[in-house]
Amino acid sequence: MGAYSAWSVFREGLRGGTGWKQAWRTPTPKKHYDVVIIGGGGHGLATAYYLTKNHNITNVAVIEKGWLGGGNTGRNTTVIRSNYFYPESAALYDLSVRLYEGLSRDLNYNVMFSQRGIALLGHSEHDMEILTRQYNAMRLNGIDAELLSAKQVQERAPILNFSENARHPIHGAVNQPRAGTGRHDAVAWGFARAADRAGVDIIQNCEVQDFIMEGGRCIGVATSKGDIKAGVVGAAVAGHSSVLAAKAGYDLPITSYCLQAFVSEPLKPILDTVVTSPAFGTYVSQSDKGGLVIGGGLDRVPSYGQRGNMPVQETVLAGLVEMMPALAKVKLLRHWGGIVDVTPDSSPIIGPSGVDGIFVNCGWGTGGFKAIPAGGYLLAHLLATGEHHEISKPFDRSRFETGRLVDESAASGIPH
Amino acid sequence: MQVFPCPFCGPRNETEFHFAAEAGKVRPDTTQQIGDADWATYLHAQRNEKGTVREVWMHMTCAELFILERDSVTMDVLGSTALRKDAT
Ligand SMILES: Cc1cc2nc3c(=O)[nH]c(=O)nc-3n(C[C@H](O)[C@H](O)[C@H](O)COP(=O)(O)OP(=O)(O)OC[C@H]3O[C@@H](n4cnc5c(N)ncnc54)[C@H](O)[C@@H]3O)c2cc1C
Ligand SMILES: [Zn+2]
Repeated sequence: MGAYSAWSVFREGLRGGTGWKQAWRTPTPKKHYDVVIIGGGGHGLATAYYLTKNHNITNVAVIEKGWLGGGNTGRNTTVIRSNYFYPESAALYDLSVRLYEGLSRDLNYNVMFSQRGIALLGHSEHDMEILTRQYNAMRLNGIDAELLSAKQVQERAPILNFSENARHPIHGAVNQPRAGTGRHDAVAWGFARAADRAGVDIIQNCEVQDFIMEGGRCIGVATSKGDIKAGVVGAAVAGHSSVLAAKAGYDLPITSYCLQAFVSEPLKPILDTVVTSPAFGTYVSQSDKGGLVIGGGLDRVPSYGQRGNMPVQETVLAGLVEMMPALAKVKLLRHWGGIVDVTPDSSPIIGPSGVDGIFVNCGWGTGGFKAIPAGGYLLAHLLATGEHHEISKPFDRSRFETGRLVDESAASGIPH
Repeated sequence: MQVFPCPFCGPRNETEFHFAAEAGKVRPDTTQQIGDADWATYLHAQRNEKGTVREVWMHMTCAELFILERDSVTMDVLGSTALRKDAT
């Protein structure tokens, strides 16, 4: 199976694409693996990849109940950024941004990471004070940041509403130039292909239904395709984390909510950065195909139903039209929801689950696409060594007992 | 637009309601010494069940708290009960 290159694209163009091989195998599960990872989203697949790459552990299975990336990884609005407030978060998310910067080359798969910046808008003098505080925090954390005046925002995104009688006039923004968007499916597929090539078995359409315990330790999983033994188990199942926790017998401080997103009909290029407005609860970017990718806040009702509700839809889209009145007549193409795993402090949980033999990577809530490479990197470290990496330590579940929360919910404006 | 039943006001628009908490959590007796783990469990642990759930909701229009039973996948409402004993 060859590497992808400009030459292979050219050659296959000449022979009608007949030479492309399948990107990963469809293996029958073995009886035993050194590591079993539950969940074939970005975090599970990245974990498998980094186990092979950083720890030379290749007897690994990823078990996915549906299809690869069919969870939130394939449903998100693809914003990648590390403009967080606390040093612990900045270290975590910037590890991810740095890994994303080299990811296409690393995986030999174009994940289309486009560092087009993200402008967080301020709509009043007071907003600007808070944004300045955020700007300072970012700089102290070693993250790239710029404070933009209203005029600078207008130069970069003239489509925004700069009229005299705007409901929330734009006073300025804080921008992270290295932030941007990526291609969600490509991230899942790229990690899957690279992990498969290193020997990982990716098993789709296989649900983990229970845990096999022996002397208080988890020694494997019972699946819809039979029992699979494991040296150690990692769970990265996002919105379904509590369902697995209840089966294994550990508690998680997680509530599952639906988060919605929208895509418009394709338009000529009108916006070449990501814009977020906490005042409206809306954020938007334009995809390479021309569609506007629009997101907003959570549905306020705990839910496992993968579809949205009308009141939130109205809030988000009303916000969009107020931010960019020129879009009022634009039609939506699609609208969907994903089930996200929200923690009390809006920070993830990475570490031992509380049951021997099971480690978790969950609680990313509305913002774990940006964290896929780092989440995989850190869970792989835990599974391989049994110990935290320095960067994942603050995100251990013990913080809920010690009270040392990493409370990003207030600092990051609207969740996204 | 979903309609939720308030035990006091009857069927009303979902936007008038606010989810408060999972039902059945009992606050530990803090006049006694309680451990960090128990307190943390009380504060943070959630059952977060998939399927039938029992929750405390508020109908913001009349400000009454009540128990809503529903299905967390289909969003079907299975029942709503007043929390007040002497509701009239
Ligand atoms: C609408 C929306 C917009 C978002 N926008 C952004 C954004 O702009 N930027 C950002 O950083 N993040 C965003 N997010 C969040 C981001 O999508 C998630 O945090 C991230 O994708 C989580 O990845 P994951 O691999 O942990 O989970 P998932 O991709 O959900 O993968 C978990 C997998 O586990 C599988 N699974 C569950 N239970 C079992 C079982 N019992 N057995 C086997 N398999 C199981 C599921 O089928 C699923 O495929 C958004 C989310 C949504 C819904
Ligand atoms: Zn009422």
